[in-house]
Amino acid sequence: MTEQGGRWTAEQVLALAPDDASRKAGGRLGGAGPWSQIGGSASGSVWGLCKGSGSTPYRTVVDLAGPAYKCSCPSRKFPCKHALGLLLLWSAEGAGEPGEPPQWAAQWLAERAAKAARPAAPAGRPVDEEGARRRAERRAARIGAGVTELEQRLADLLRGGLAGQEQAGYAGWEETAARMVDAQAPGLAGRVRELGTIPSCGPGWPARMLEEAALLHLLDRAWLGVSALPAELAATVRGRVGLPVSGEGEAVRDRWLVLAQYDSVSPDGRLTTRRIWLRGLGSGRPALVLDFGPPGRAPGLALPVGLVLEAEVRFRPGSAGLRGDLGERSTAAVPGAEVPVGVSTGAALEAYGAALREDPWLESWPVVLGAVIPIPGELGWQLADAEGRSALPVPVTGAGSRSRGGLWQLAALSGGGPVTVFGECGHRGFTPLTAWQPGSPEAVPLA
Amino acid sequence: MGKDVEQYGDWEELVGAALLGTDRRRGGGPAGSPEALLDAAAVHTVRRRAGLRPAQARPLPAPAPRDPRPAPPAAARQRLAQLLAGRTGAGGGGRRGAAPDLTELLPQWLAAAGRHGYRSPAALVPALLDAARARTDLRPQALALAGPRGLWLARLNPDWRFALRGGAGGSGELPDVTDRAGVERLWQEGLFAERVALLGAVRAHEAAAAVRLLATTWATERAEDRLMFLDSLRVGLSEGDEPFLEAALGDRSRNVRATAAELLSALPGSALATRMAERAVACVGPEGVNPPAECDAGMLRDGVVRNPPAGRGERAWWLGQLVESAPLSCWRERFGGLGPAEIVALPVAEGDSWREELHAAWCRAAVRQRDAGWSRALLGAASSPPAAGPGTASLAERAKLLETLPDGERAEWVAQFIRAHGLSEAFQLLGVCVVPWAGALGRAVVDALDSAREAGSYPWSFSGVMGLAERCLDPAEAGRLEAAAAGVEEPGDSAGGAAAYWAEAFQRLVATLRLREAMLTELTPT
Repeated sequence: MTEQGGRWTAEQVLALAPDDASRKAGGRLGGAGPWSQIGGSASGSVWGLCKGSGSTPYRTVVDLAGPAYKCSCPSRKFPCKHALGLLLLWSAEGAGEPGEPPQWAAQWLAERAAKAARPAAPAGRPVDEEGARRRAERRAARIGAGVTELEQRLADLLRGGLAGQEQAGYAGWEETAARMVDAQAPGLAGRVRELGTIPSCGPGWPARMLEEAALLHLLDRAWLGVSALPAELAATVRGRVGLPVSGEGEAVRDRWLVLAQYDSVSPDGRLTTRRIWLRGLGSGRPALVLDFGPPGRAPGLALPVGLVLEAEVRFRPGSAGLRGDLGERSTAAVPGAEVPVGVSTGAALEAYGAALREDPWLESWPVVLGAVIPIPGELGWQLADAEGRSALPVPVTGAGSRSRGGLWQLAALSGGGPVTVFGECGHRGFTPLTAWQPGSPEAVPLA
Repeated sequence: MGKDVEQYGDWEELVGAALLGTDRRRGGGPAGSPEALLDAAAVHTVRRRAGLRPAQARPLPAPAPRDPRPAPPAAARQRLAQLLAGRTGAGGGGRRGAAPDLTELLPQWLAAAGRHGYRSPAALVPALLDAARARTDLRPQALALAGPRGLWLARLNPDWRFALRGGAGGSGELPDVTDRAGVERLWQEGLFAERVALLGAVRAHEAAAAVRLLATTWATERAEDRLMFLDSLRVGLSEGDEPFLEAALGDRSRNVRATAAELLSALPGSALATRMAERAVACVGPEGVNPPAECDAGMLRDGVVRNPPAGRGERAWWLGQLVESAPLSCWRERFGGLGPAEIVALPVAEGDSWREELHAAWCRAAVRQRDAGWSRALLGAASSPPAAGPGTASLAERAKLLETLPDGERAEWVAQFIRAHGLSEAFQLLGVCVVPWAGALGRAVVDALDSAREAGSYPWSFSGVMGLAERCLDPAEAGRLEAAAAGVEEPGDSAGGAAAYWAEAFQRLVATLRLREAMLTELTPT
């Protein structure tokens, strides 16, 4: 482990915690008190013994490349509080000179190394191609029927006029959404549910409702003609409707800077979606890595903001080339050494506009804004170019907005001066996710 | 969709048509099916989104004033982030286990950072303001650390308006005390709290200037405000303040008169103190105690309150007030050259009820005049039984007397008290000792905890002292404590449960001390 600049910040460590309780418990174990025999290897692992209430101390080891964790404690949380505490201690004090792991840690590390070296496991069973084809055809037919029904519903909406929607209530759309779920088109179901919420979301709702209805109609039409579309656009349409995107896109090996990581919970509370934004330091390419967690469990993948990891990202077809899957990582992640280069507010909107050509349903595009000044205000916040001429609004309510706490953190970092900000730029405005204070490469995730 | 799109000119027209519904537009206006309307709207929507331009920026906020203080080292910044994050939801009920309580360390972190002259890391200023909002005890230090950046933010967010009042941190808000026009203007126009802060600042710079400032508006101030302003003269009280205070003895408000008298009596050379001494020595002497028979006009003017609270006799009430306001120096002569300890030990008025009144009044006088000699005499030996103190048996009064003793002597007295009487009554006394506790005091506390364990008590009977110890023990004691914790682990048969709890309590204490040590080391500039 390179001790200079190689350690993570406490914040980056705490970002790995599966929940608040672990974060607190880990924080309490982040002092030298209960720990002994702490060490680390040159290849990027840390280990230590943590005294608990029992007579034998827990054996905790972390592979920083994963990051992956192993602990002899009975906790089923992942990483457990001991792993978090060990990482916090390491982030504050380091692990001394690199050395050889003790036997109990070495064994696990060796197993991991062996697994990483093995080629991906071949499919267990021979693929039943004929069966798969028939299943896909059946599903396509069901979606087709759902799409036709939805078109009918949208036509009825426009025939009767949007004006009645304020009184019509949400139930009708909820029912249509359920029909889309039956039709195995979860993407359509989600959009329909959104549509139902618009009449209650304040002034300007008719225009927003028309926009969403029109884009839904566009998606229906695209699905009905999907076989005639170019391959990339067809993949986008399938993905938007809710089919799992299959097939391999481009694979890009690069040093990836973790720009942001945040979770959102589905309306029914059953699924946690974790979004991780990456930027290739060599290619400049953005990537969105998604991971999911079932009820009560955090998604397994956690990449602390501000770290740089060398890895291959395999992009999926469609969705403006944004979705990627993280492949094998070759070295331990290290903190980024410089502030990413940002663009102006105008260029940010242009980037979003350009991406719409590939995916007209895109809500936003990842952008680093350089030298912008946050302007707090009762009526809404803005991010203005440093000269104070043009600005992007910050959405404060509804989809894509973030907590006020994060905005105030951004204002505090700026102090009325220019800062570099990463966020999602779309038709609702710019949602800040991470900021860099002037003169420091340290990324500050906004709460 | 091309042809249908052309039927609709602009977006507004589309929205209008959609609101009304295509059924109702037939025959007039642009004709079209619902599908044609949706086609057109889809094209417009994507076109509108793709062609978005930035908005006109609103006026930029004025930049925050520069804070020349250094930021704390990286490890300390992370510690602060952790302490602030742990602030909410900590505590609660139930057993705390062996892990240290981070919440209680925040005040120490803030105090230590203040001593080093650091500013808050910018990203943590909002959390710091939130903490200061929730906990008034943290406010002065949190606001001082947040500095000009904190005040700048507070002006933008109504939730943090409290930071602009109070003037606790004060940085950047008050005019320079040498800026006469600025001081004058704020004194005339400022909010009450700003004026109190201003008075304090001016007084710290030049005591007499504060009194002069006060005199300019004194006659027009409200009685409550006069009382508060007068109270702020406590700090740095000197003979120079006497004329002003003497004049305030004639104030319309009884509370103002009483406070002026109290302040004057803390000036042993003042005319009031001399008058009080005359009255007091007339009542008390080697021959016995003879309390005043009436409360005359002179006594009233000098701040004596005529009517006693319910349940107390008039004469004892007047006696107490005279003695408490008389300079303690007057008693040596009255008692033929005896020192405080000898005077306190005299069988004055033995047998009648005045003795208690007299000693209580002497205690109040010793505290008010910060007289260590008299305090020492009134406290007596720490090892004598708590109920038999020469001056007072009240722990609250003893704590106040202790505060007048030098730091080392104070710690020594409390250490002896604990050795003799254990911990159950020591809580208030410990509270006035200087942090970190001196070696002897710390050892006495640890030994007493260990004895309590041996005696079979449960640690939560001492949770108050435990909590204090976490905050106040010198981290150097961690080693001794660890030994004590190790001694606990042999499995006791009867008190098996208690032993485990003690082990846990000691471990937590050790962990907290280690954490405090690490915390303070992290704050040391590299």
